[in-house]
Amino acid sequence: MKDLLLGGRWLFLLLLALQGMLPANAQSPNDASFLSTLGELREATYSDKARIVERLSQSGHSSLRAVLTALLEDRLYFRNNDQKVFIVKSTEGDPLNLIDPLSLKDAGSAPSDSLTQIGTNNALRRELRTTVARFALSSPEVAVRLDAVREMLRSLDDASVALLRERSGVETNSSVKKEIATGLALAALDGSDAKARLEAIATLKQSISQDVRNRLARLLDKSPDGSFIESNEKVRGAAADAVETIDQLRTFYSAIQTLFFGLSLGSVLVLIAIGLAITFGVMGVINMAHGELMMLGAYTTYAIQTAMPGHIGISILAAIPTAFIVAGLTGVLMERTIIRFLYGRPLETLLATFGVSLILQQSVRSIFSANNRSVVTPGWMSGSLRLNDALAITYNRLYIVIFTVMVFCLILVVLKRTRIGLDIRAVAQNRAMARAMGIRTEWVDAMTFGLGSGVAGMAGVALSQLTNVGPNLGQSYIIDSFMVVVFGGVGNLWGSLIGGMSMGIVNELLEPYAGAVLAKIFILVALIFFIQARPRGLFPQAGRAAEDK
Amino acid sequence: MKRKAMLMTAWLLIAGFMFAEAAAAQDTIKVGVLHSLSGTMAISETTLKDTILMMIDAQNKKGGLLGKKLEPVVVDPASNWPLFAEKAAQLLEKDKVAVVFGCWTSVSRKSVLPVFEKDNGLLFYPVQYEGEESSKNVIYTGAAPNQQAIPAVDYLMKEVGVKRWVLEGTDYVYPRTTNKILEAYLQAKGVKSDDISINYTPFGHSDWQSRVAAIKKFGSAGKKTAVVSTINGDANVPFYKELGNQKISAEDIPVVAFSVGEEELSGLDTKPLVGHLAAWNYFESINTPGNKAFIAQWHTFIKNQKRTTNDPMEAHYIGFNLWVKAVQKAKSTDVEKVLTALPGLETPNLTGGTAKVLPNHHITKPVYIGEVKADGQFNVVWKSAGEVPGDAWSDYLPGSKDIEADWVTLHCGNYNKITKKCSGQNYK
Repeated sequence: MKDLLLGGRWLFLLLLALQGMLPANAQSPNDASFLSTLGELREATYSDKARIVERLSQSGHSSLRAVLTALLEDRLYFRNNDQKVFIVKSTEGDPLNLIDPLSLKDAGSAPSDSLTQIGTNNALRRELRTTVARFALSSPEVAVRLDAVREMLRSLDDASVALLRERSGVETNSSVKKEIATGLALAALDGSDAKARLEAIATLKQSISQDVRNRLARLLDKSPDGSFIESNEKVRGAAADAVETIDQLRTFYSAIQTLFFGLSLGSVLVLIAIGLAITFGVMGVINMAHGELMMLGAYTTYAIQTAMPGHIGISILAAIPTAFIVAGLTGVLMERTIIRFLYGRPLETLLATFGVSLILQQSVRSIFSANNRSVVTPGWMSGSLRLNDALAITYNRLYIVIFTVMVFCLILVVLKRTRIGLDIRAVAQNRAMARAMGIRTEWVDAMTFGLGSGVAGMAGVALSQLTNVGPNLGQSYIIDSFMVVVFGGVGNLWGSLIGGMSMGIVNELLEPYAGAVLAKIFILVALIFFIQARPRGLFPQAGRAAEDK
Repeated sequence: MKRKAMLMTAWLLIAGFMFAEAAAAQDTIKVGVLHSLSGTMAISETTLKDTILMMIDAQNKKGGLLGKKLEPVVVDPASNWPLFAEKAAQLLEKDKVAVVFGCWTSVSRKSVLPVFEKDNGLLFYPVQYEGEESSKNVIYTGAAPNQQAIPAVDYLMKEVGVKRWVLEGTDYVYPRTTNKILEAYLQAKGVKSDDISINYTPFGHSDWQSRVAAIKKFGSAGKKTAVVSTINGDANVPFYKELGNQKISAEDIPVVAFSVGEEELSGLDTKPLVGHLAAWNYFESINTPGNKAFIAQWHTFIKNQKRTTNDPMEAHYIGFNLWVKAVQKAKSTDVEKVLTALPGLETPNLTGGTAKVLPNHHITKPVYIGEVKADGQFNVVWKSAGEVPGDAWSDYLPGSKDIEADWVTLHCGNYNKITKKCSGQNYK
């Protein structure tokens, strides 16, 4: 049976090769058998479907690729009244546009409830993906070819190896060539010639893929009777060597990855703390509603996405300034109506702002309901940037790191290079003197609080991409943001940056060993001890301003 | 003139009081609804409140029960576990409800249990849970581990050929007990402890990057790996997002979830999740006349065609119908009489089978395993042959396999077959 299948695969290859030479013939004799095999998919179980797909791919029919791709993408349907199989152009919308599976020409349309989808499961999709990848090997686009080769490498069989060998002769792109070489070397490991196996190992040593490493490690295993699976000692030695090299490289890259995880968690912490560093650090207001200002930013993102459903990609960018304005205005309003009457009374401020936080939560609950809202991640923020086989960085985290750096620099510029920044610093350092110099301190207070709140709103936009947008969003981050500010040193922006980043990195370093719960506890305990030793944080403020506080 | 107006007002007031009195005097049967309408669990529990209101509404349109109208008493325990006990006491002692439908998390159930046992109330609990419990005062209409977790693991082991297991859960009683049972089960099936990785994260965890990277690493050892997820509540959204972003596809490392249903998926972009699995006793996509009618009824009641139905809703549907049948059989809403009437009662479920109340206060349920489709619905890839009876005490845990629950002959929820002793309502 196995030989028969293998034979079938060779036949498939032959037909695939022939296909290019023959003129497209609409009424070729295997149309009927292709169509009847296709029809069997309607009632089959998943394991039967796998066998049917096998038979279909042996037919080498000219529309095979389109049909299998459609099946993989859940676009293969049959019509309920006459049981005819069709490809649909897109599963969205109603009625669905049909394509004839033989001629691949338009075949009208049908309402979606008159059609039944031909379903797939994981195992079937796996097989389909490999089969479809063989077609993509000759695609003009490099990225498609690269993906196709990688796909084939995951489950290498004779047919794939033959196709790869054929392709290696004509391939021009170097990275595709490298992947093909890896594939051919993996296949050569099964060969009988020890010298060829040694050469293959030399090639594979260049790779850092986990699959390659596992395949090489298998050469070192013993079979149940105690003898080595790989009989040649030299080959075993080379394999052990290669496994070690790959392991070392992978450990190195995984360390880089952990570092990036730490930076990305750290930048989230910094982002949620910068606003607080301004309101709490510079003004000395304990703002318990800081978390709710972030929540407002996140809900603004949701509102904007709902308002412009066709432009998800831009909506996030549009949400950043809008969230700044919404949260900033709320902040100014809070300052003018409540906080300004409570300066110098930290306990009352704490209680009053806590009250405000409850009011904000409840109003969001009344307007948007208590349920979480789903904020869509735009295409350019999902997926990951693949640097090599061992290292990939997720886009959403990458953008948030960049965003944090941008926000941080912006705040620095505002505080250090603008007139309002000068006023803010002056009022923070010596209120009476600033007043004497003609600065409208009340106005500056409102602006400072508005700036801090606005930044919290922008942090909310970033959080909407990472976590759930719900009325409790703020509560889960308020403790962290206070921790960062206190740790970094009250009144020091750089302290918040260093503090947040180091807390993020320590957390990610601990998490694999201690687990998420223990890691958090450990950081909290460490922070308590740190504050005991240095009550003013990492970077205490020096001079008169510090003494006042 | 002024005097006359005052007199009028007084009369109106008196009339108003009398009317209110009359309305109260008109006899109703009070039905308690104890679901969080705010807080972390509101996402899941609000729907269940609406389900019970819909069932009550439909029953009243049919003429009520024993000639009386049903009157819902809705309270909000706000995802706050101690508050659940307070609200339960309020329902039982102040409002004197005949029955309570409520709770989601096991913590909340454990919190109300002493109250129900003290006041001799009746609770229908609609969510899949960890087992190891059988109270005289609770009917468990959700799945016990042998009706969800064990069949799901069996499916992965036999049909998918999984050799390595990640048990990922939220840090509380349901995941911890379920994972203990699963670990014992896997080891009994010959899985080595190197091939099992167990990990817990707090409620509402959102930074999944290093956990997902660890799963990826654990899964790349050359053996087929699967994740069994008992992650609860809204922590699932960032978890699945991270899976999608780190490109872990269901074809490589499938994730089978016990707490993610249609409702939870409706808040997510499901395209990267296609193929990940869920094990339940009901899926909205199952095509039966009963299910179609239920979905239509739900859409009319909630006035939104896009709202999904899910497994715990079906459990409440079954639970409500069982209670109605038991009251009709007992001809009374008295808790003792209803509890005597319940075991052995049968009612159709929504997927074409029958739910029967067992002596251990659990019910029979079919098991389905579905793969997530791009539209957020599930494609059923496996179903059990017939209904599986719920087992209160797992056969795979050393302390619990000798224990039996039987409220018909033994009158005990915690009876040790070896020592022949009943430990009463003590579930430790």
